[in-house]
Amino acid sequence: MSLKGRDLISIRDLSREEIEEVLKVAHRMIPIAEGSKIDRRLDGTLLALAFLEPSTRTRLSFETAAQRLGARCITIADPTTSSVVKGETLSDTIRMLSNYADAIVLRHPNEGAARLAAQTSDKPVINAGDGAGQHPTQTLLDLATIQEAHGTLNGLRVVLLGDLRYGRTVHSLAHALALFGAEIVLISPPTLKLPDEVTEHLDQMGAKVREEDQLHRAVRDADVLYVTRIQKERFGDETEYAKVAGSYRIDNAVLAGAKQRLIVMHPLPRLGEIAPEVDGSPHAAYFRQAFLGVPVRMALLSMILGAKGS
Amino acid sequence: MAAPRELKITPIKNGTVIDHIGNGLSLEVLRIIGVNELDKDSTVSVALHVRSQKMGWKDIVKVENMELSPRKVNAIALIAPTATISIIRDYKVREKRTVDLPEHIVGVARCPNPNCITNRGEPVESEFEVARRRPVVLRCIYCERQMDDFLEHLI
Ligand SMILES: Nc1ncnc2c1ncn2[C@@H]1O[C@H](COP(=O)(O)OP(=O)(O)OP(=O)(O)O)[C@@H](O)[C@H]1O
Ligand SMILES: [Mg+2]
Ligand SMILES: [Zn+2]
Repeated sequence: MSLKGRDLISIRDLSREEIEEVLKVAHRMIPIAEGSKIDRRLDGTLLALAFLEPSTRTRLSFETAAQRLGARCITIADPTTSSVVKGETLSDTIRMLSNYADAIVLRHPNEGAARLAAQTSDKPVINAGDGAGQHPTQTLLDLATIQEAHGTLNGLRVVLLGDLRYGRTVHSLAHALALFGAEIVLISPPTLKLPDEVTEHLDQMGAKVREEDQLHRAVRDADVLYVTRIQKERFGDETEYAKVAGSYRIDNAVLAGAKQRLIVMHPLPRLGEIAPEVDGSPHAAYFRQAFLGVPVRMALLSMILGAKGS
Repeated sequence: MAAPRELKITPIKNGTVIDHIGNGLSLEVLRIIGVNELDKDSTVSVALHVRSQKMGWKDIVKVENMELSPRKVNAIALIAPTATISIIRDYKVREKRTVDLPEHIVGVARCPNPNCITNRGEPVESEFEVARRRPVVLRCIYCERQMDDFLEHLI
């Protein structure tokens, strides 16, 4: 099993063993990501970061990961100001970049863009989010966060809360959790339930999935509470949004009945789903989660580019 | 006495017969065939709402001087999975087969997701894999959107 030279388009491209290997390598990258250890294993490699939809957080995380390992980056940070891509097809942009760089990280507003790029490029393509489609490095850093806090992924009870319909991170995460035998508890407004397609897929995988409607009850015996953004655009009117958003808000009172080991996660940025007072609680894992994006991306770059030591 | 079967249509010398088309779907089959592309001397006959032992009611399309490309056969397989295709040469049935759906369907239907990269002017054909066979559900290999309403999305 090796990721060398491979694309990473969807979390479904990875087997359970491959995910475990990525998490293991990512764990060893933590001191390098923190700057307490120097490792230049990607010295001499060049990475193209094609952010054809701007996403500063994800781009900085990849840039940090690359540079900590000694790789250099060429970056399209904003397609609207880049003369290179104005009016050009994605296929042409990718063909050009694959002649320059050793691998391409792509963020794009259209679903399926990363799969197309992978077909066009003869260098590995890593999907950093394509529209409402896949975002596999987010899933991997979510798993890394759970694994670090609980020492395992197997047998945990994970509550997925909020917008389960449009939130792509949740669909990929649910797949990965099923792969590891976690129990999945769903809690969402009726109009934002997990799509049937995803539920069917989880059933086929033999996943343990159940719905819950009481937030307090869901939180009580959970090991992980994964909170997603609930966006205003999903609701017809402001008052309906405010009502729903209010009833799913996580604060210290909601967490009062939780297990001591419960961690609260969020893909960030948050809109108010988690009260700032939670930040200081031992349950808060979302900033750690954001940090772990760096070692996870270091591990992926190192493995895909075939660096020694990975 | 059994009534003479399907004699409402004149026999053809050379061509293709698409039989056992689901009731009412023959006009879609004609659209797939692309009647405009045919030789101007070719006759196209359509029988709508014909009694069938196997299916209750069915449609039949007969086209002179034409054989279907594999892509058109795939499109027919999508909207009329019960169809049989007979190749007629010199008034005789030379070959007869049922349509069947391959694992991958390229360039036959557009992805229903307007935000899919295949709908954004890239030099790429749509491509689906069969997610489910009975009833048929296709999944776009790019955006992973599933589709079961092919009629609206045929190219
Ligand atoms: N010369 C011809 N001109 C037009 N149609 C023809 C000709 N020969 C056969 N067909 C049609 O082609 C199809 C296949 O012919 P075949 O003789 O195998 O029919 P069948 O015995 O009814 O078989 P099936 O089980 O497919 O209904 C039928 O729809 C038949 O009417
Ligand atoms: Mg017959
Ligand atoms: Zn698509």
